[in-house]
Amino acid sequence: MTAFVSNTAPGNSSFSKTFYDSLLEVVDGEHLRTCLQCGTCSGVCPFGYLMEFPPGRMISYLRADIFDRVMDSESVWMCVSCYACTQVCPSKIPLTTGLMTRAKEELLLAGNIPKELQSALENSQRYGNPLGESPRKRANWAKGLETEVAIMGKVKRPVDILWFVGDYPSYHPRVQLASRALVKLLDVLDIDFGILGPEENSDADSQRLAGERGLFEMLAEKNGQALSKYQFNEIITTDPHAYNALRNEYPKLGISYPVRHYTQFLADRLDQLQPLLTQEIKAKVTFHDPCYLGRANGVYDEPRTLLEAIPGIKLVEMQHNRSTSLCCGGGGGGMWLDGFQWEKAHVRLSEWRVREAISVDADVLAVACPYESPRFEDAAKMVQGAGQLRVKDIAELLVDAMED
Amino acid sequence: MNIVVLIKLVPDLVEELTIDDSGTDLERDWLRLIINEFDDHALEQGILLKEQSEGQVTVVAPDTEGVDDVLYAAAARGADKLIKLLGEFEQGVNSHALARASASVVQELQPDLVLTGVQAHNDLDGSVGPLLAEFLGMPYVGYISGVTVGDKKSIARKEYPGGLIAEMEISLPAVLGIQAAEEPPRYVAISKVRQAMKTATIEEQEIIELDSSGGPTIGRMFLPEATERATMIEGDEEEVAAKLVEIFQELGLL
Ligand code: SF4
Ligand code: SF4
Repeated sequence: MTAFVSNTAPGNSSFSKTFYDSLLEVVDGEHLRTCLQCGTCSGVCPFGYLMEFPPGRMISYLRADIFDRVMDSESVWMCVSCYACTQVCPSKIPLTTGLMTRAKEELLLAGNIPKELQSALENSQRYGNPLGESPRKRANWAKGLETEVAIMGKVKRPVDILWFVGDYPSYHPRVQLASRALVKLLDVLDIDFGILGPEENSDADSQRLAGERGLFEMLAEKNGQALSKYQFNEIITTDPHAYNALRNEYPKLGISYPVRHYTQFLADRLDQLQPLLTQEIKAKVTFHDPCYLGRANGVYDEPRTLLEAIPGIKLVEMQHNRSTSLCCGGGGGGMWLDGFQWEKAHVRLSEWRVREAISVDADVLAVACPYESPRFEDAAKMVQGAGQLRVKDIAELLVDAMED
Repeated sequence: MNIVVLIKLVPDLVEELTIDDSGTDLERDWLRLIINEFDDHALEQGILLKEQSEGQVTVVAPDTEGVDDVLYAAAARGADKLIKLLGEFEQGVNSHALARASASVVQELQPDLVLTGVQAHNDLDGSVGPLLAEFLGMPYVGYISGVTVGDKKSIARKEYPGGLIAEMEISLPAVLGIQAAEEPPRYVAISKVRQAMKTATIEEQEIIELDSSGGPTIGRMFLPEATERATMIEGDEEEVAAKLVEIFQELGLL
């Protein structure tokens, strides 16, 4: 069944047509032809209700050859690349990586982007991280720890595990706490690991999903070059976005290594870890599935396995869990569009999530993505009744459960 | 409209600055350079003018580390011609030397309008704009945030302290020191910058001698030192002024 009708005649060079063709080139892009206009995507989209053009309507405008009207609106910048639409589409159309990301790319090429996003992209280009921090200080978070963290360029020896730390785990003061917790875990498990330190650049996956493909390629190449200098058996990442990039996107650029998220890596070593978890944590804990661990990559069980291994913890599920998890609002450039999206929506997705956590009486909201601790902690300050909710990275909870 | 924009790169303050062994200059080995923010606005203003009234934008920059990338990015934003001044710029030059060196090159381009940032944080001997205007024999107005151009004249908005703005007519050719472009500097996608790297050419102009005369000699460069004590002068304006005069006289400054 081919539902697409308008402007398929060769030689028609309208923007809609060229754009449509570019979508067919995305992996599984040809599924676009079978859009049923059911609107499920727009309904599930966390910001769909206030987008002038949610994904389903974008497709109808595309078919009607009036896509330029979509491009004239700012609607697409509300997309947080959460994969919810892609997950539910009965025609299996790659909406997140195709339609939404390509639309952002076109807006960006036309120089039409929100200012907030511009500075994150400029920082990424200039300093290799969206926060605009000194690249030379990328490993400063690891200074003064009991365990000395091996920086590959300094130790000049092969390691078993190359830990790709990521931007926020390296620079954000709140997220650094989780990085330090992970050092402790790797240390007690006797893992021979190293980091790239100043040679590491942003994985740039969120920049890619915010439409800056060229920047993504540039930073991926730099990471690829750095990685190729050293010997290691496997990469682990703190950040699900980095995991997604290394697993699904870097190989397309010829940068291919075995990679796991730290929750997968630790869950695999549970035999070793379990006996060390001796301290009871009497708490009701709920887990927020990060979009790029869950929906995008199907990792749902390992984080839960780790949490359940902690004595005393009672794991409860929020209303939206696993594949229906709610986005924290940080993906696809959302991390750098807070002001813009607030102006449009006057709600924060992170607050919605925090409300769900307190509605199941959780004491702790457990996370496994570096965007989340700061986002949810900020949200908890805004949501009534969330004053007691603690936001903890799984790595932090595991360390809390170990004897000092 | 033939527009020339003079830009320079300055130390990026994201890295800590250290002073070298001579004690009179920054340690340059570790310096990271970035386009002077005001020059970035001057460039944007130049491109906006070109878009409004046709014309050509030429960007002139002294050769320092990373300048090629900045020039290609300027081309991607809409600059037509890129000129790099070759010479001993890497160790830093003062504004007098840079203005003299640029003047000869800018003169040859026969511009209708020369734009440059109103200041830079490393201008130890005054900003480049007025010096350049002097060497070119052109009028200069600084602290500009908004320019329109017409036949042989330009209307510029100049900012004064206290939120005052004056609109003034300036006969062209002239040099303007830009405080802020009418729109913030635009973003160009990396793919466009990479494209520009393939298509744009950077013309090189040799600067044989750098003449820094007219500027001060730096005796000592140091981090701010905490002062021992401060005296608070109390009273109304008259009393404070009288007290100040007294102090200055005591110190032999008046
Ligand atoms: S869910 Fe899929 S089939 Fe339905 S409107 Fe959206 S894109 Fe089309
Ligand atoms: S990826 Fe998420 S935010 Fe973007 S359109 Fe789909 S459902 Fe909406």
